[in-house]
Amino acid sequence: MAKRDTPLLDELEKGPWPSFVTDLKRQAEKKPECWDILGQLELSYHDRITHWKHGGIVGVFGYGGGIVGRYSDLPKEFPGVAHFHTIRVNQPSSKFYNTAKLRALCDLWEKHGSGMTNFHGSTGDLILLGTTTDHLEPLFYELTHELHQDLGGSGSNLRSPACCIGKARCEWSCFDTQAACHGLTMHYQDELHRPAFPYKFKFKFSGCPNDCVAALARSDFAVIGTWKDDIRIDQAAVQSYIKGEFPSNGGAHSGRDWGPFDIQKEVIGLCPTECMWMEGDELKIDTSECTRCMHCINVMPRALRPGVETGATVNVGAKAPILEGAQFATLTIPFIKVDPESEFEELIEQIEKIWDWWMEIGKNRERVGETIQRVGLPTFMKIMELEPIPQMVREPRSNPYIFWQEDEVPGGFERDVREFRKKHAQ
Amino acid sequence: MGYDPANPMVDRITDIGPPHFEQFFPPVIKNNYGKWLYHEITQPGVLMHKSETGDECWTVRIGAARLVSIEYIREICEIADKHCEGSVRWTTRNNVEFMVDAKDKVKPLMDDLASRSNKFPVGGTGAGMTSIVHTQGWVHCHTPATDASGVVKAVMDELFDYFTSHTMPAQVRVALACCLNMCGAVHASDVAILGIHRKPPMVDHDAIAGLCELPLAIASCPLGAVSPTKATNSKGVEVKSVKVKNERCMFCGNCYTMCPAMPLSDPDGDGIAILVGGKVSNRISYPKFSKLVIPFLPNTPPRWPETVAAVKNIIDTYAKDARKYERIGDWAERIGWEKFFEKTGIPFTIHCIDDYRLAYDTWRTTTQFKFTSHIK
Ligand code: SF4
Ligand code: SF4
Ligand code: SF4
Ligand code: SF4
Repeated sequence: MAKRDTPLLDELEKGPWPSFVTDLKRQAEKKPECWDILGQLELSYHDRITHWKHGGIVGVFGYGGGIVGRYSDLPKEFPGVAHFHTIRVNQPSSKFYNTAKLRALCDLWEKHGSGMTNFHGSTGDLILLGTTTDHLEPLFYELTHELHQDLGGSGSNLRSPACCIGKARCEWSCFDTQAACHGLTMHYQDELHRPAFPYKFKFKFSGCPNDCVAALARSDFAVIGTWKDDIRIDQAAVQSYIKGEFPSNGGAHSGRDWGPFDIQKEVIGLCPTECMWMEGDELKIDTSECTRCMHCINVMPRALRPGVETGATVNVGAKAPILEGAQFATLTIPFIKVDPESEFEELIEQIEKIWDWWMEIGKNRERVGETIQRVGLPTFMKIMELEPIPQMVREPRSNPYIFWQEDEVPGGFERDVREFRKKHAQ
Repeated sequence: MGYDPANPMVDRITDIGPPHFEQFFPPVIKNNYGKWLYHEITQPGVLMHKSETGDECWTVRIGAARLVSIEYIREICEIADKHCEGSVRWTTRNNVEFMVDAKDKVKPLMDDLASRSNKFPVGGTGAGMTSIVHTQGWVHCHTPATDASGVVKAVMDELFDYFTSHTMPAQVRVALACCLNMCGAVHASDVAILGIHRKPPMVDHDAIAGLCELPLAIASCPLGAVSPTKATNSKGVEVKSVKVKNERCMFCGNCYTMCPAMPLSDPDGDGIAILVGGKVSNRISYPKFSKLVIPFLPNTPPRWPETVAAVKNIIDTYAKDARKYERIGDWAERIGWEKFFEKTGIPFTIHCIDDYRLAYDTWRTTTQFKFTSHIK
């Protein structure tokens, strides 16, 4: 494969942000097919349109996902990318690596693919971009035998679960997000590799309501850490914030002069539930009114911490707009223990209730959030065997169109119109 | 040993899952797991986490392209071996984090990073901008309405100072998805850059029989715009096919996802819409969807000047006008969307008014409004 001229792409080698074009060119020195990535991309920049064909079905024996077929629509012009499949490798929880592992992955990909990757894909997988069909089985063999790693999910199955950094390096994590993510990924290997669902299904785990993995916006089953008891307050540290000895929000606002820190305005006044106040030198919080939004804790990390009676809230059914419009995940279980000791059986029980039902009634390419929309939240709650509680809604319904069940009405629905007519002439 | 193509199923290993995370932890993470007390961002891109054991973990965060080569990853390894006992991690937003266990190890690490041209910019923390999460674009996908990596590079070049500083009222999360499938789930971002199509799908009557199940193609359209028809292919033969009612189409591309014989990409039809004001954090206000404020900007590779200018204008206006801790959506709601359009100078057009399902939820049903220049 010859070097390509890329006058348009070369414009993207300028500027302070790292350039993927420069990186591609560097890789092309060892992997000449990268010149064809550049060449085809240059043509797309010229034509203002993609030159990839609609994906084809490729894979490894026994798996229904993990590899996405990709073919150039100009294979003669760009033979290096004629076949250019994507491989999803399931990432370790919260994406720590050691260099031995990374180098082994690089060597594997140097041998079997283009050398280009996504670190990482949107769902969380480590994505290897561009190889041919004949490399798939050998690559999978080496991936599993030598690297002891496995493919991630694609298609109508469980997608590779993802989590925030959690207890590894965050003081706010209310449960072990990494252990939960890893534990459930291992528990559901079959569901991850062999599509049997109506559509994709995602788990995401955030350790607190800051929701750093966007579980609430992106996952069908969002597990988000929370706590039941009092926010832990270090009153001396509160005073240090008031005196300006500690920077607000952990130093997040250091680049601009916002004036001296004002606890009344910046913390108490912004608390959405107005549940905080000063009593002399003491900061008080009415725990029963607090909705655990994290604002005060974010602003004063050295003074405030989540409580110690921790667990998680489960919200179900988020998705991007295709097809029926975007949805956030709906609050389903206000508080659940997330316990590595019990191998997450509390979560597993809930997950399987959802799957059993959704696999039966979900339509083709219908995310679970859309199925819930279609049947209604009350029906979903019955499936989940949940008592109705006001926490599940923002407000009660404003229409009176209730689907009364026959057994809720004395005498049921069957009546005799002749009996009725005896008292009410036509 | 090794893979034997004649016997692919011999000693096959499957379903082993990802490696356990713990084996990759540097000692300071392993020793302090679950013991962290608080953190501080000591300068843009540098975080210090303090443990109850007294240990400190110093993290240097760098911005990265999501599309990276193994040569680049090997360079990351070289740095991690030299400074971080061979450990490194990636964040959800494609940043790379190098961790060391003492403050005096930060400077040598930063000096090393700075010595490698512009490959490893330090930043992406606090009330600033972090890396733009994005999708594949023209580099690797079949449905994009715009490129991903190129647009992101052009926008990040322009907004680079916000990446390396803490000068904004709150963090600003920008995301890009190159079609409505939104692999990147951009629908809850402070600023979302979204590739959109504007021409209905064509139907390839020559190919459809071999490529598509017609009932699936018909069912794929959420608006019932696709219906069965008989058509004549280029050989003059009558075939079973589908037709598209153009006036019903909302250009979502779902039919093309289901049926490769219905392509809809087009150099002039395709481009970018800008949505703003979304967020996922539960902080102060509920999570919010991003709202569409600019319905269309053209695809102008290689540097998409219209899109870059539009994003910069929104972020600059917000940075000047919003209060401390206010996300873009909180700011727009406080001042009112009419003021948002006035202050940013973005023309409000009929395309900003929702007419899809549940549209009514976004219409204004009060007499409260502000007299802006929109009222003539
Ligand atoms: S979601 Fe919460 S616990 Fe997890 S990393 Fe973010 S702030 Fe920390
Ligand atoms: S967490 Fe939020 S609701 Fe609770 S006290 Fe703090 S600011 Fe108020
Ligand atoms: S957003 Fe659309 S075009 Fe972009 S990578 Fe995803 S499916 Fe492909
Ligand atoms: S693009 Fe969407 S709305 Fe238009 S015909 Fe295809 S499926 Fe229907």
